[in-house]
Amino acid sequence: MNSWANIKTIAKRELGAYFTSPLAYVFIVIFLLLCGTFTFFFGYFYERGVAELGQSFFFWHPWFYLFLVPAVGMRLWAEERRVGTLELLMTMPITPWQAILGKFLASWFFIGIALALTFPLWITVNYLGNPDNGVIFAAYIGSWLMAGAYLAISCITSAMTRTQVVSFIVSLVVCALLLLVGTGGAFEFFKNMFNVPVAEAIGSFSFLTHFMGFQKGVIDSRDVLFFLSLIGFSLFTTSVILREHRN
Amino acid sequence: MIKVENLVKVFGTKRAVDGISFAVERGEVLGFLGPNGAGKSTSMRMITGFIAPTEGRVSVGGHDIVEKPIEAKRLIGYLPENAPAYTDMTVHGFLSFSAEIRGLRGDAKKKAVSRAVELCFLENVLHQSVETLSKGYRHRTCFAQSIIHDPDVLILDEPTDGLDPNQKHEIRTLIRKMGEKKAIIFSTHILEEVDAVCSRAVIIDRGRIVANGTPKQLRQKSEWAGAVTLNVVGQSESAIKEKLGQLRSTKRVTVTANGAHIKATAFPRTAGDGDFTREVIEATRSWQVEELHTEEGRLDEVFRSITMPDTKA
Repeated sequence: MNSWANIKTIAKRELGAYFTSPLAYVFIVIFLLLCGTFTFFFGYFYERGVAELGQSFFFWHPWFYLFLVPAVGMRLWAEERRVGTLELLMTMPITPWQAILGKFLASWFFIGIALALTFPLWITVNYLGNPDNGVIFAAYIGSWLMAGAYLAISCITSAMTRTQVVSFIVSLVVCALLLLVGTGGAFEFFKNMFNVPVAEAIGSFSFLTHFMGFQKGVIDSRDVLFFLSLIGFSLFTTSVILREHRN
Repeated sequence: MIKVENLVKVFGTKRAVDGISFAVERGEVLGFLGPNGAGKSTSMRMITGFIAPTEGRVSVGGHDIVEKPIEAKRLIGYLPENAPAYTDMTVHGFLSFSAEIRGLRGDAKKKAVSRAVELCFLENVLHQSVETLSKGYRHRTCFAQSIIHDPDVLILDEPTDGLDPNQKHEIRTLIRKMGEKKAIIFSTHILEEVDAVCSRAVIIDRGRIVANGTPKQLRQKSEWAGAVTLNVVGQSESAIKEKLGQLRSTKRVTVTANGAHIKATAFPRTAGDGDFTREVIEATRSWQVEELHTEEGRLDEVFRSITMPDTKA
């Protein structure tokens, strides 16, 4: 149980760091503004005349996260390395894994808070009609899982550099790739270049492909597994990078 | 408490630390001396488990730092070079975090924090953010972090760097006091600090230990050790030089005139020769000697002659 206590201590500190800097508030405000704007103006929330959030609200999440999550994750390790506190952290009686998990969970939880603050939309749609709240709940879970995957990739890029901006840009590019290979255009492109199975295989690595089910309210264990294993793999890579710095 | 055996660290093609061995027991304060880039910080980073040694072993309290890092790190308090601290936290928040990560909770945590705050004189800035602290306060905050769990072993990388003379004095007193019950290693390039604080010192140069002993023993290596300086009136420079130079144990003599006063220093053949003073007194009995004293040896001179052998006079 000792290790859990350590993870909690790290996570608490990290979460505190978000809220003492303007980053947390800027992030939350921008996220909520984007959600509102896109849902009502570009998602044709009213025009659809259907009480659901999948197409109007959750549809945009992969694109919001593309820009916002790397901004949340960029400081995680880059800042520790720049200021030199990494040396303190790594000489404290905790394992690197406890530090990695603690930091990741804090940021993930923070994104969860931002996501939860979109609840007025849920209230609105319930006020206006009778949506399937199970579907909405599934989509929220999926969105949060997907955010975790974005975040884990930002952990890798943050561990690679001392400069937050570099981390932001690299993780944005990586996440953009993982997003774009799931679009229809990419499918056509790979289909013409290779064949359908190859195009499908490439597409199956995309966030979009795996988020689609959640958006429709389906919690498919394969999709859950995809996001969780991406998180696991990315955090493992982070630990390898951090260990390399110390060799 | 601390045992370092044949420690080596290679960065690329450079052997930053090249086979260092020493041990520090409880009750000892070991001074780590050496020019910049000699490998002091790298050694300390290996001892505290921040970076992995290329070769060799470190054990702290019987725990190998590579094989049993958690057990070893529990015993260590560490002040890294440049005293890093989380800039977004308050001093109190930072120290509470440090206490918590050391497994202290509730009352024990509160007590540990207030004890460290008191020892490091941080009351005035307790609720200030680390970012806004002056260099001295930030240094002491990081120092407070290192002693928060009252560790058996303290590793301090330039603990008095950037402090004003009063703060330096306070920190030195603190280190000396804590050194009675702990095993402490601290690095510095301030030689007077070695005399003030250390029970033993090692000098490191280009990754190797080039001298190891008590400050007194190190001083004995100086050519000044045992040299006799006298202030003479009524003799000519050349006469003094000749007379002292003829003594059996004299290596060389320097003479400087200041009006009628002539200051002469005779260096013994063997540094630290205890009989040399008597020999000089015997020889100068008939002179009018206003002052005579035996030099103890100079650490800075030892340091220079060891770490820059090419420029030795």
